[in-house]
Amino acid sequence: MLEFQILLPSIVNGLTLGAVYALVALGLTLIYGVLHIINFAHGSLLMAALYAAFFAHAGLGLDPYLAMPLLAAAFFVVGYALQRWVIGKASHGKDQNVLLVTLGISIAIENLALYLFRADTRTIETPISYEMLDLGIALVPYPRAIGFAAALGIAALLWWTIERTDLGRAIRAVAKERQGAKLVGIDVDHVFALSFGIGTAVLGAAACLLLPSFYVSPSVGNVFVLVAFTVVVLGGMGSFTGALVGGLAIGVTESVGGLFLGQQLGQLGIFVIFIALLLFRPTGLFGSRLA
Amino acid sequence: MSAWLQRALLGASLLAALAFPLVAESGFWIKFAFTTLLFAYLGQAWNILGGYGGQFSFGHALFFGTGAYAAAIAQTAFGLNPWLGLPLGALAGGAVGWAAGYLSFRYGLRGSYFALVTLAFAEVFRILANAVPFTGAGVGLFVPLQPGWAQLQPGPIGFYYIVLALVFASLWFAWRIENSRFGAQLMAVRENEAAAAALGVDAYALKVRAIALSGAMTGVGGVLYVQFYLYIDPSLAYGPGISVEILLVPIIGGLGTIFGPLIGSIVLHAASELARRIMGDAPGIHLVFYGVLLVVMVRFLPDGLAGLLRRKRKAEVPRNA
Repeated sequence: MLEFQILLPSIVNGLTLGAVYALVALGLTLIYGVLHIINFAHGSLLMAALYAAFFAHAGLGLDPYLAMPLLAAAFFVVGYALQRWVIGKASHGKDQNVLLVTLGISIAIENLALYLFRADTRTIETPISYEMLDLGIALVPYPRAIGFAAALGIAALLWWTIERTDLGRAIRAVAKERQGAKLVGIDVDHVFALSFGIGTAVLGAAACLLLPSFYVSPSVGNVFVLVAFTVVVLGGMGSFTGALVGGLAIGVTESVGGLFLGQQLGQLGIFVIFIALLLFRPTGLFGSRLA
Repeated sequence: MSAWLQRALLGASLLAALAFPLVAESGFWIKFAFTTLLFAYLGQAWNILGGYGGQFSFGHALFFGTGAYAAAIAQTAFGLNPWLGLPLGALAGGAVGWAAGYLSFRYGLRGSYFALVTLAFAEVFRILANAVPFTGAGVGLFVPLQPGWAQLQPGPIGFYYIVLALVFASLWFAWRIENSRFGAQLMAVRENEAAAAALGVDAYALKVRAIALSGAMTGVGGVLYVQFYLYIDPSLAYGPGISVEILLVPIIGGLGTIFGPLIGSIVLHAASELARRIMGDAPGIHLVFYGVLLVVMVRFLPDGLAGLLRRKRKAEVPRNA
């Protein structure tokens, strides 16, 4: 079974990739589910987080895994401030304005990175960069295995926050019925900004998990942003489980597709899935709202 | 503003535009004017779909690049006269526009979803143009240098007059649309699609027509671009940079107004040239500026500069009355 010997590692590889996709998409879907806005700046914020993780490692000698809580906190603040004082103010309550504003933010961040750091691709090396975990069916690089486990852990934490805490209850209330939430005394603008902050904090964490096995460049956000959109649409906008399952599915599709079609056309596959989904099933496979 | 003053102002700016190459001292300013006018024209194309029709496209590079490639390929591979590239570019851009509109409006995509799908279409074309041989793949296509009006390479001043003519045609076209049944229905769909449909407007057919028109116009702009710069590659043609610049122009100037795109393009390019002189010619810096400008405009002037003028005029009315 030669084919199986290639196919299985490819699937495992896709799952580890997909877990990080899922994490990035979770942030996006949380923001969509609560604020009902599409955050175009998601990819470039991830890129900014990758640079932050890179310089924390290169400048301060901080291991990316140790930097994770720090970065998550920092990006929570960034996200909160962005929504509270930039996006929320500029939208005038219109969806199309939000789209334009987040597009503007993403262009500004991406090109500021290009200006500051040039187009160079940068990578880091950690002590475990070349270590392999033997799963019996496949060899997985340690950074990827850790990324997979941590991504699922963070997703669980996020789920617990939304489902089991007061904050989560407020977020769900605002997502469902913002007028009603206001009436019972929830500060809607605050919850909006909190949700945006959490969605962005997830990016800070995802960046730390990605960096040891990936690279950073000013355009790296583009690699993820359409994948994240695809995952979110595939899973159903605002659906939590959908983002998880969708992320893993897209990771496997890309990995297995790349095996058969070559990398460039494997990338095309994601776009084709994305367009087909938008056209035929814009509510996604798990078309329920974050609830 | 009285009608007389308006007409005098229009006539004066027309004369100034016609005389501009006679007083512009350097090739730099001619090139600057060419770019500004080209984007005023492209912005008007976007304005028809986005401003009057309310359908925000984030992927107008799709039509721009298709027009540019269609003309460049027809010329380099089949020896077609570049002048014929203009109708060919319009045809190609219009056809792609029709197809994109057919697909996305057929399935009821609107708002954010429409923006996303146009972006994805442009990206698919960029990846394809990078992969297939007849676009020259990543290397791009070079159009041969053959100076002279016969080969559509009339030199900077000639290009200036061609694009000036295009801008005037597009202004006239926007004026015609504003005062036509088509335009009225388009604006009705923008304001409230369900209500327009209830009144018997075929919103789907209308939107497809608008995007095909917009695509055809944008395609012509792509042809002109490729003849001016003699080169096109996948990220120049289909990259998000072009899409963003095209949509910025009418948003800055004023959505759904005749002169919005022209005003927007002049302000955008003048300001970005100024920024370039102050901050130096570093890669990316003018795009940072575009991004910030987009946020600031939506935040403080959501109706654009033309909206500012109109607001002022409205405020004047009670005083005069």
